[in-house]
Amino acid sequence: MPVLAHSTAIDCRDLTVRFITERRTVTALERVSFTVDRGGFLALLGPSGCGKSTLLRVIADLVPPTTGTVSVLGGKPEEARRQRALGFVFQDAALLPWRTALQNVELPLEVGGGAERLPKGAPTPRELLRLVGLDGWEASFPHELSGGMRQRVAIARALVSAPRILLMDEPFGALDEITRDRLNEELRRIWQDVQTTILFVTHSIYESLFLGEQVLVLAANPGRVKNIIATNLPKARHLSIRETEPFMRLAADLRRTLGS
Amino acid sequence: MVDVALNDGELAHAEARFRALRIRARWRRRILPVVGIAGFVGFWAALVYVLKVPPFVAPSPVAVLQKLLDEFPKLMANLGPTAVESISGFALGNLTAILIATVFVHKKSLEDAFFPIVVLINTVPVVAKAPILVLLLGNGMEPKIAIAALICFFPTLVNMVRGLESVNPQALELMRVLSASKAEVFFKLRLQNSLPYLFSALKIAASTAVIGAIVGEWIGSTAGIGALIIQSMYAFDSAMLYATVVVGSTFSVLFFLTITLIERVLVRWKPAVGT
Repeated sequence: MPVLAHSTAIDCRDLTVRFITERRTVTALERVSFTVDRGGFLALLGPSGCGKSTLLRVIADLVPPTTGTVSVLGGKPEEARRQRALGFVFQDAALLPWRTALQNVELPLEVGGGAERLPKGAPTPRELLRLVGLDGWEASFPHELSGGMRQRVAIARALVSAPRILLMDEPFGALDEITRDRLNEELRRIWQDVQTTILFVTHSIYESLFLGEQVLVLAANPGRVKNIIATNLPKARHLSIRETEPFMRLAADLRRTLGS
Repeated sequence: MVDVALNDGELAHAEARFRALRIRARWRRRILPVVGIAGFVGFWAALVYVLKVPPFVAPSPVAVLQKLLDEFPKLMANLGPTAVESISGFALGNLTAILIATVFVHKKSLEDAFFPIVVLINTVPVVAKAPILVLLLGNGMEPKIAIAALICFFPTLVNMVRGLESVNPQALELMRVLSASKAEVFFKLRLQNSLPYLFSALKIAASTAVIGAIVGEWIGSTAGIGALIIQSMYAFDSAMLYATVVVGSTFSVLFFLTITLIERVLVRWKPAVGT
């Protein structure tokens, strides 16, 4: 079933990743295939050790595939990385502690020729801090910010090079539930604002359903695709959607898929 | 509903009490060390007086203070060379350590080849290194600078390598996603990350550099704090000996404080907890 190249952001075919250590060989991913359309929002759901993070790292050209192919925006992951088409948000915010919030957001423009590659009309670091709700915190250092605020800075930093694909590796995993809910809502809004493709790794069923247009369910040991579902929930979402019947039915389905 | 809110008067009173307590705590922190030092000097004076210790064994603090005032020009004239030696040695030793650490971090094979030699040299005690360097470098300031440099070198090298290497792995991945060059990773990430490690080594080096210069002066030197210490000892001039020691350690403390001040200006951030 051929897909038109220009509408596909990520095309992953029979991707297998093995890590060879001194003791044994670990298969992190086995024959994983899926595609994500441009402008899509894919949530990757699975238990710990199912290779979700590895999958993001293959797409970001941080881990090489053992076999199989991954095409990112019609080319190799390396080309996409060199063109600065990718943004990455890590599990811990990974801010540089000696830089203020604003300086952290500016970092991608200072390295790898980031400023020259920036498309015209891309939002400025200050505008992005406003977008993530950190107006007035520009001059604060990371240790002066809460965990949720640090992740907001990390999101602004990932968006500053106007990436066409945003890869997020459990960015809200370490946050309390209240902060996490609020950031989930904001991330939906940001996704609609900046119109980028997002891959979001999580091990929360509710988070995956609320955020994703599609949810890819992975099984562990070795990591493989169990199912991929389209949520078909309304685009404009409020947290209360989680109490609606279709949402609850999807959540029950996902739980069953994960358990089987 | 229980109303536990304080009225304005009570609140102001509580705030004033809290402020007064804080001011008292601050003064206690300042005064207690002074009281401790004064007590120690008083005890020393009393001991010398009661036990009638002869002046060639140990002086009273009053005699030391007298000597400090009388011989001030001579003491300062001897501090000059020691200061030059220790500061030059400090600069030379630490700069070399920083450069070598940078090379080690980028070329692991060089680290594996040469780090054992560095450890070996470090195991030789200063008093044993000093004569070797005097034979090699003569009787001038050079061997003293070399000893001060050698003594600073090792802790700075070890700390600097650690500081350059202990970068948050996710920050390194970020730099790769951003296609940053090696130089960019070094200057934007590794060097900044190493600063707290570097400064903790520099603070140790500030005092050990002075020790190195003084030990160097013990062996064949006519000027400097070390030479003055040896001369006063042979002359049984205990007051002069103590006065010299006071000058030497005061210089050491000032050196240390200068480094601490520079650190405060340069390192405004707190290192991440647990790394």
